[in-house]
Amino acid sequence: MGEGTRSPLPKGGVKGRERNKHMNDVSIIGIGQTEVKEMWSTSIRHLAWYAIEAALDDAHVSQVDALFVGNMAAGQLSNQMHLGALVADFAGLRGIEAVTVEAADASGGAALRQAVLAVKSGLVETALVVGVEKMTDQVGSSVTAVLSSTLDADYEAIHGLTVAGMGALLMRRYMHEYGIGVEEFAHFSVNAHANGADNPLAMFRNRIKAERFGSAPPVATPVNLFDAAPSGDGAAAVIVTSHERAQDMVSQPIRIAGSALATDTLALHDRKNMLHLRAAELSAQKAMAAAGVSHDDIDLFELHDSFTVMAALSLEAAGFAAAGEGWQLARDGAIGRNGRIPISTFGGLKARGNPGGATGMYQIVEVARQLRGQAGDNQIPDAKIGMAQNLGGSGATAVTHILSNR
Amino acid sequence: MEVSRHWRLQEQRYKLVGETCDSCGVKLFPPRDVCLECKAPAYALYTFTGLGELYSFTTIYDAPAGFEHSAPYTVALVKLEEGPIVTAQLTDMDESELSIGMPLEMVTRKLRTDGDEGMIVYGYKFRPIFSQQVAN
Ligand SMILES: [Zn+2]
Repeated sequence: MGEGTRSPLPKGGVKGRERNKHMNDVSIIGIGQTEVKEMWSTSIRHLAWYAIEAALDDAHVSQVDALFVGNMAAGQLSNQMHLGALVADFAGLRGIEAVTVEAADASGGAALRQAVLAVKSGLVETALVVGVEKMTDQVGSSVTAVLSSTLDADYEAIHGLTVAGMGALLMRRYMHEYGIGVEEFAHFSVNAHANGADNPLAMFRNRIKAERFGSAPPVATPVNLFDAAPSGDGAAAVIVTSHERAQDMVSQPIRIAGSALATDTLALHDRKNMLHLRAAELSAQKAMAAAGVSHDDIDLFELHDSFTVMAALSLEAAGFAAAGEGWQLARDGAIGRNGRIPISTFGGLKARGNPGGATGMYQIVEVARQLRGQAGDNQIPDAKIGMAQNLGGSGATAVTHILSNR
Repeated sequence: MEVSRHWRLQEQRYKLVGETCDSCGVKLFPPRDVCLECKAPAYALYTFTGLGELYSFTTIYDAPAGFEHSAPYTVALVKLEEGPIVTAQLTDMDESELSIGMPLEMVTRKLRTDGDEGMIVYGYKFRPIFSQQVAN
């Protein structure tokens, strides 16, 4: 049959039909990331560029139509706002559509969500998304104060509550309601560090032992240094286009099968049941429904383990565990690389590091590497479908993406 | 400085003035104008009693700028007797004597100071209601 001949079957037979089914989906054609660490000699524009350069190289493209920058707090941390124009110009993309997307440490995932909407609308053919955060232009209590501004300024932060304090209030309540001790949370950090140890880009590559958990210095009781993810500088980027174009451009397009963002009350105290991350649940359910997948189909889950309790609550909200039982998956080894639902496969926020508005994009890059089979020592065998869930603070914003390698 | 934003909240900070929803009767703190429960307009003011119980708490060692000199300090979620939960520091207590569910009462204290010559922000904190006071 010639190219122009009408056929009852799409070109390529069954494979072509599969191709048509996902024609309107959005796919990742390039990924890039920097190390996560304290990079005193690197500015925010350079950080963003390093990740973008790697993603452009990976996709073998030099031009895109739109740029979405995920960033949490450059206005306060680096006295630099207007990152859309700054990064577009610095990356040699002057003239393109470019804006910043902010949703605390869910900024990266929220920026990808905007890119998916843009490409899916048909108005943008190829979009670049970069999550970037420069945490070390300030130090100590100044950085803590900036992070606190992601809470309710009038009714939480003014009372001295911090992001770690927010995690601590949840952890204390979780321990109270479900009758467990602090030591049960250690398994999340042990797993994260075991995976981070094999990731050359991770901020922390040391393995930690559960026995030492109790003696770590307190950050905000009961949260100690072993519960809390470290802040670091970092940037991660992806390039997306329609699945139809992606298949002609790269050998392994990673399809975004589901994408959803949901919100909850900003302040923890306004939630009827604060141990139920409603936005996380909503966004996971919507993304899974869009992707047509069930929990058994998901081979790995990059979740937002900013604090160990957030890992437990995320597993519960996404439906991998019943309320109050998320911690048991860690205790039972189900979250390990050979477990039922591997999490934090490159170290997660805890060991790879939490570069604020870049974190959600690291999750996406990491899931894409797993699905391409390019995860090296961190590879989950035969991974086909991966989920990434990026939370802002205590989950007031939740963004869930489901990626597929077919 | 942020003088106006703190001045604007003085009724909340000094007296726990919230709102009540005319439609469903729920009490709201902080005031939010749109009812959290039924989404009806809620503009009727309501002054909370300032009594409640401890819902969760944390002692913060890694303090933000403006709070370094108070660290470590304890921040709690206090469930007011009218229903809402409020975030506030605890005072006149020791962390070791705290337990979830214990009764608390509101007091007014200094929340933060912006430097030696900066503005001092006052507002609500909570403290344990000691058993002899309850008996009296
Ligand atoms: Zn109402």
